[in-house]
Parts: sequence; structure tokens; C-alpha cells
Amino acid sequence: MTDTPVIELNGVSKSFGGVVANHSISLKVPGGGITGLIGPNGSGKTTLFNSIVGYHPIDEGSIRFKGQEISDYRVPQIARLGLLRTFQQTRIYSNMNCIDNMLISIPHRKLGFRDMFKNRGDKATMEEVDRLLDFVGLYEKRRLISGDLSFGQQKLLEFAMALMNRPEVLLLDEPTAGINPTLINGLIDRLRRANEELGITLFVIEHNMRVIMNMAQSIYCLAHGELLAHGTPDEIQNDQRVIDAYLGAH
Amino acid sequence: MESFSPKLHLPILIFGVAAPFVIPGVTIQIAVLWVMVLFALTWDILGGQMGYNSLGNILFFGSGMYISAVVQVSMFADVAEYTASSGAVDFKYTDAQYFWGLGLGVIAAGIGSAVLAAAIGWTMFGLRGPYFAIGTLGIALTAGELMGTWSWVGAGGGLAMPVFPGSADGKSMMFYFLCFFAAIATYLFCSWLYSTRFGLAINAIRDDEQKAEAMGIHTLRYKTIAWSAAAFFLGISGALFGNITGFVEPLEVAFPVATFGIFMVAMSLLGGKGTLWGPILGAILFHFLKEFTWTYFLGWQWVALGVLIIVNVVFFQQGIMGWLMDKFPERFGIVVDKKEAAE
Ligand SMILES: Nc1ncnc2c1ncn2[C@@H]1O[C@H](COP(=O)(O)OP(=O)(O)OP(=O)(O)O)[C@@H](O)[C@H]1O
Ligand SMILES: [Mg+2]
Repeated sequence: MTDTPVIELNGVSKSFGGVVANHSISLKVPGGGITGLIGPNGSGKTTLFNSIVGYHPIDEGSIRFKGQEISDYRVPQIARLGLLRTFQQTRIYSNMNCIDNMLISIPHRKLGFRDMFKNRGDKATMEEVDRLLDFVGLYEKRRLISGDLSFGQQKLLEFAMALMNRPEVLLLDEPTAGINPTLINGLIDRLRRANEELGITLFVIEHNMRVIMNMAQSIYCLAHGELLAHGTPDEIQNDQRVIDAYLGAH
Repeated sequence: MESFSPKLHLPILIFGVAAPFVIPGVTIQIAVLWVMVLFALTWDILGGQMGYNSLGNILFFGSGMYISAVVQVSMFADVAEYTASSGAVDFKYTDAQYFWGLGLGVIAAGIGSAVLAAAIGWTMFGLRGPYFAIGTLGIALTAGELMGTWSWVGAGGGLAMPVFPGSADGKSMMFYFLCFFAAIATYLFCSWLYSTRFGLAINAIRDDEQKAEAMGIHTLRYKTIAWSAAAFFLGISGALFGNITGFVEPLEVAFPVATFGIFMVAMSLLGGKGTLWGPILGAILFHFLKEFTWTYFLGWQWVALGVLIIVNVVFFQQGIMGWLMDKFPERFGIVVDKKEAAE
């Protein structure tokens, strides 16, 4: 883990009509680590992710990826820089089988004109696909139409697709939501391995406190669109403002 | 994904080669069948594989027809003089001028239509779903009307194509085989395209374009190339069709939005969109039904076709290939892979 932040937000604000979804948020995601983002429902977590990946223009502030200002880049450009996100409402290519979902998720960073017309996957790519599908436990289902998989399986597929893309930073929007509790430990383990073995920096939105307190080295907490607190899992767990925000929200 | 392929290559090839000799009376009808196959295949590149339902693809058929007409005429005459005389002056041309004109005209029609598609795609691809459908329809309708006001190409009165220097049978035979080859080339192109990464990318755009963007896919680039490729083949088919008809006119011949323009869609849906063979089977079935009703139910033919389309979209949305895929998924490679077996 290095000290230079890969993502750095300064005073980012975003409103939808009268709703202030994010108000002057500043935060840093250090490279190589796992950073958490928590907050009650509607506190602006997904909006912040959307702003980072260029899904909508922000009203104010600056977003830097490895020092480079990206707040006016478009979604595919940012993805090709190596900053990728998964969706809270899982999104996969539902009429394609798992293998094809994986094959088209290769990094598009350096794809030139001729690469568009190459074979779907060479031997090395196919091996990578098999390995990653095996990694998330979907090897046997690899030829099935992905839209027919269960919700949890689709979530795992989406995660495998993200890994296939070899991002530098992965923004995960509630990776354990809808996953069978008995499988959550397995998923945490996989996220950790993606972080440690593949060196992918993770920035994770999570409602499951046990999960995020276990994984993250540093956690940001949002409430009503404002940054409420920042600290280590221990500090966050004992922060009275955080406890109030969660209790107040329920 | 579509590993399944009906064993139809050889029968279709034999039929295609033998037909004009065995049943010479219907050579032109079968030539039109190949044009229909080309229509359905090219429509499906966007409509089925990429999820962009264009109602205006006939635009590129018409643009190809006009481009080749202009190229062919300009081989031996000034286009403005030629159209102004509307057949009153007998322009002389040699066989070489005719055939060079035809060859260059067909190529220019393909390239010109592809460029047109790229130019229009730049703005049209900002539209989604029904807006794209209506937008493309609007462009095709506008094109027909505009060509009808442009006197350089004969305006609403149209322009006569150079006459084939040979017998009527020779003309049918030559254009029959050109149409047949155009359809085969389109099939081979699609079959190759869908086997590449390009095929996966446009399928991904169909299933979830926002996801595709979020994964870094160059969506606009893929969409533009896909439409240009479809327009290339459509342009060629327009050039051939104009020569077969012998007369180019904007509304009925070059931009028949309500007939050919809709047939393209209907045929793909009937055969099963988003598959390689669906549009082909759909085009064959549709064309035979159409010729059959024209022959035996004259007066009711449009009703019969309308009923067919309604039955298709109400009760049989997946089309022939989609139905087969539901019935026999394992034939299409949709199977559970046992891990032991693979290692
Ligand atoms: N596209 C949009 N248009 C209008 N309002 C929006 C939009 N996106 C988000 N909002 C509003 O912004 C606020 C924050 O929403 P956001 O989805 O960021 O919350 P969240 O923290 O991710 O919540 P959850 O935990 O439920 O996923 C909400 O009040 C929401 O209604
Ligand atoms: Mg959310």
C-alpha cells in the first residue's frame, strides 16, 4: 500500500433538482488498499460512484485519478483508464452465455481498429476466462445463458467480468447484497484475494457492517449527502455520529 | 454462441445455381428472393444483433440505387442533360461503357451508402429504442421526398437506367447471379463478423449498452461500423435492383419504405432475430408466401401478409430459430459443463 491516492475527490457536489445527493465531498482512496464507503439508504453513496466514473456531470469540485483530472471525461474513457465499477442493480449481458460475457470484458484500453475483428478469444484468454469463472464458482454454468442464472450468481459473474478487465481500481456497489449469507465469507475472501494477489485497489460500498469492518483499512461514512466521518474500522464503529446516523435512519 | 447451423448450405447453393436453368420463367422472382435474404441479413446486424431497430434501412437501398444510376449514366452522358431529355434523346454508349459503368456503379453504391450510414449514424446513435426507430423512419421518408424534388436526378419523374446491351434472357441471367452472389457475400460476411470480437461487442450493446460503456467498450465505433457494413451491402443490392427494374424513381422503386422497408423487419422477426440463419429462413418463407398469395389470392395479398406479420409478433415472437433454440438448447451449446469432464 502506497501513500499516493489513486482517487482524490475535492469538494464534489451533485444535486438532482432540489435533492442534494452529494455536498462538497472530499476523500482519498489510497492505491493498493481496500477503502469502504458506508451510510444509510439514500445518503448519496451510489451517486458518488456515478460521479467518479463519469456517469453524470458533477456540479462542483474536482475528481482526480492518479493525479489526472477526470471530472469531464465520459464513462467509457474513464473505464479504459482502468477505473471500473460494478452496479448496485447487477448488470450483465443477459442474453449471452457466461463465457461470452467474460470474453467481451477484456480490457479495451489498447484495442485498435484491427483488434475489433480478431477472434473472440485466443488460448490464453480462454484460460483466463475458465480460471476466473472457476474462481467465482461458475465454471459449470459457463455455457448457460447468463440471464437465467440466479441473482447471486449474476452478481458473481459481474465481479468476474470486472476482474477480466484488469482494472487498477474497482468500485464495488454493495457486492454482498443478495448473496446467500453462507457464501458471503467466500466472497470476502475472493475480494481480498483480488486485492492482494491481483493488486486491484478496491473502493467498496457496503451495508453489511461485519463485511466492511473486516475488509477495509479505511472507511468513509456519508449521511444526507455529507461526509460524516472518516477513520479506521475501529474509529468508525465507535464514532457517535455514525451510530446516530444509522440509528436515526432506522 | 450459435454453434448450430442447419445443413442448408449445399441445398441452397444447388438451388441457387440451378434455378434459372430449371425454372427460367421465374428467374427474376428468385433474384428478388436473394435480395430479400440480403435485406433480412443486413437488417439483423443492427436489429437483431445490436438491438437497434431501424425502420429506415431502405434508405441505403435507395441511395445505392441513385449512386449507381448516376455513375452509370455519367459514363456516356452528362447526367443533367440525360435526365432533362427524359428518354427523348437516344444516348449512344458502347458495351464497355455499359459494363464499366455497371461495375463502378455497384462499387460506388456500396461505398457511398456505407459513408452515408456513418454520417447519419453520428447523430442517430444518440437515439434509443423507439426514438431510433422513428428517427430512421423519418430519414428514409425524407430521403424519398427530397430525391423527388432534385431535378438533376430526374426528380419525381425518375430516370431510366442504361439498357442492357444484349437479350432480355441474358440480362435476367446476369443480374440473377449478381443478386445471388451479393446475398452469399452478405451471408459470409455476417457469419464471419459474428464469429469475431465485433459480434460479441454488438451483442453486449444489445443486452446492456450502459454496461458496455461502463466496461470501456468503444460503443459508438462499433455501432457506426455495424451500420456502415449493413449499408454497404444494401447499397449494392439497390444498384442491382435499379438495373433489374430499368427505371429509378424515388417513392416506389428507390425508397419503398412501407413495402421493402417493412419486409426487412418482418422477415427477420419471422425467422428469429439475433441469429445468423433466422433472417435467411424468414426471408425464404416470407418471399414464398408473398409470391404464393400474389399468384392465388390477388387482391387479398396484403391482408394475408398482414395476418402473417400479426401472428408472428403476437404468438411467435421468438421466430423460427428462437423457437428451435428454446426446444433444443443443447443443439445450440447451452449445456452445463461438468468440471471433471473438462479437466
Ligand atoms: N438520477 C437521479 N435522479 C434524481 N434523484 C436521484 C438520482 N440518483 C439519486 N438520486 C437521489 O439522490 C439521493 C442519494 O441516492 P443514492 O442512490 O446515491 O443513495 P445510496 O446511498 O446509494 O442509497 P442506497 O443505500 O439505498 O443504495 C436519493 O435521495 C436519491 O433519490
Ligand atoms: Mg446505492
